[in-house]
Amino acid sequence: MMAMQLWQLLDLLLAGLTLGLGWAAVSSPDLRRSVVFFIAFGLLLAVVWARLKAPDLALAEAAIGAGLSGALLLSALRDEPDTAMVGDVRVGPIAALISLASLALAAGFAWVTVHTLGSADPVRLADEITAQLPNSGVSNPVTAVLLNFRAYDTLLELAVLLAAVLGILALGPARRPYRAAGPLLDGLLRWLVPLLIVTAGYLLWAGAHAPGGAFQAGAMLAAAAVMLRLGGHTSAGLPRAPIQRILLTAGIAAFVLVGVTTTGLGLGFLQYPEGWSGALILLIEAAATLAIATTLALAYIGGRPTTWGPEKPANTAGEPAERD
Amino acid sequence: MTEFLGTVFILIGLAFFAAGSIGLLRLPDLHSRLHALTKADNLGLGLICAGLALIDGGALNAVKLFLVWVLVLAASAASAHLIAQQALRQGGK
Amino acid sequence: MTTTTPILLASTTLLLLTLGIGLARAMIGPSLQDRMLSVQLMGTGGVALLLLLSPLLAMPALIDVALVLALLASVAAAALTRREIDDD
Repeated sequence: MMAMQLWQLLDLLLAGLTLGLGWAAVSSPDLRRSVVFFIAFGLLLAVVWARLKAPDLALAEAAIGAGLSGALLLSALRDEPDTAMVGDVRVGPIAALISLASLALAAGFAWVTVHTLGSADPVRLADEITAQLPNSGVSNPVTAVLLNFRAYDTLLELAVLLAAVLGILALGPARRPYRAAGPLLDGLLRWLVPLLIVTAGYLLWAGAHAPGGAFQAGAMLAAAAVMLRLGGHTSAGLPRAPIQRILLTAGIAAFVLVGVTTTGLGLGFLQYPEGWSGALILLIEAAATLAIATTLALAYIGGRPTTWGPEKPANTAGEPAERD
Repeated sequence: MTEFLGTVFILIGLAFFAAGSIGLLRLPDLHSRLHALTKADNLGLGLICAGLALIDGGALNAVKLFLVWVLVLAASAASAHLIAQQALRQGGK
Repeated sequence: MTTTTPILLASTTLLLLTLGIGLARAMIGPSLQDRMLSVQLMGTGGVALLLLLSPLLAMPALIDVALVLALLASVAAAALTRREIDDD
């Protein structure tokens, strides 16, 4: 059928472009080019996830790849002196050997995967999940897995995020604040930031029955914080330092609180009681959203959680605000 | 009938996207490339949104598509301005 | 819907091809701003691709993904162009 071939053509083009962008990002001697290719790679990856019928992943990739990764990399690029931009990308013998070994390993893995997928009676987790879905309290299978069936893993993932941001905060001083925004950027922020917050709330709520969830919502909020910071609002919309510390641990706290309560009730750690699953999942996701948003925002800003100085940063003496 | 019209819109939108890409590659200067990028591509996106709204009927769908287009319009206008400002600042040095 | 599917599919493929060609600017473009234009192209083109894929795969959620991408389209440009306090 013609449609089948057209799909194959699209898939081939997507795969080729993904590989090409990835290779270009890694192999380019110019750091600027690498960063730009990497950001474009992230955007294309969101489309690839969409094509593979994984809208939750597409949402996460769009929220992180388009917003935060781009901002992080570009800000880091600014710190590099111009001489460090261009590097040497000659491939030595050891690197070539490792590349060949990795390629062989990847080929072997692909062969094994194809072989086992076609075998007589594969165990499909998806069927199990679909069977158990009505008991989980939500109707989105991804959320059910993340917040109910494998809730313990999500708790550990939040702990990993916390450890990461603690490492970043311990590394050094915060980035310098940005100049006050002129009328254009100010006008942009006036409608963009509220829309980002509303969309984050929508994604959090919709996560129960449609693609969405805590991580995507948190990433949107963090993008709003990054935009505020870029617009000259030094505090990036974050609250005072003590409250930041509370927010950073809110996700883990919610999980542990629920887990300890269910254990106390005799059900076992994170075994939600009958009929309470939906409400508990929403509660934990809300706390996790705030935690993830604060984590990502602080990861971008760097430095220790602190109450920043005056709202509008003082420009160098007498200079008017940037006319944007 | 609406499906046919929608398809026509999408194809014209595609042509505008192509024009934008070609302009991006062939035009001589950053500022002219900005013109090609923001104007042609956003118009292409608008036509694609209109075509999809016609094909996949339903008021809610059409409103969502329109909203997406307006947001892209506003965001890319601001982005283009920021990039052009920086180019002017750095070019004048 | 079935009559328009092959045309939608072909449009998606052609659009992807157009985006791929536009990425050449990221390779060539002398300044960082020129390369940034390719990222902007990928952003707008990515929104268009997602909107086209939505009826093709019968996934209305992809319009939400396009919405997210549209909202975040300006973040990279802002991160590139905004100056810190002590910059000249």
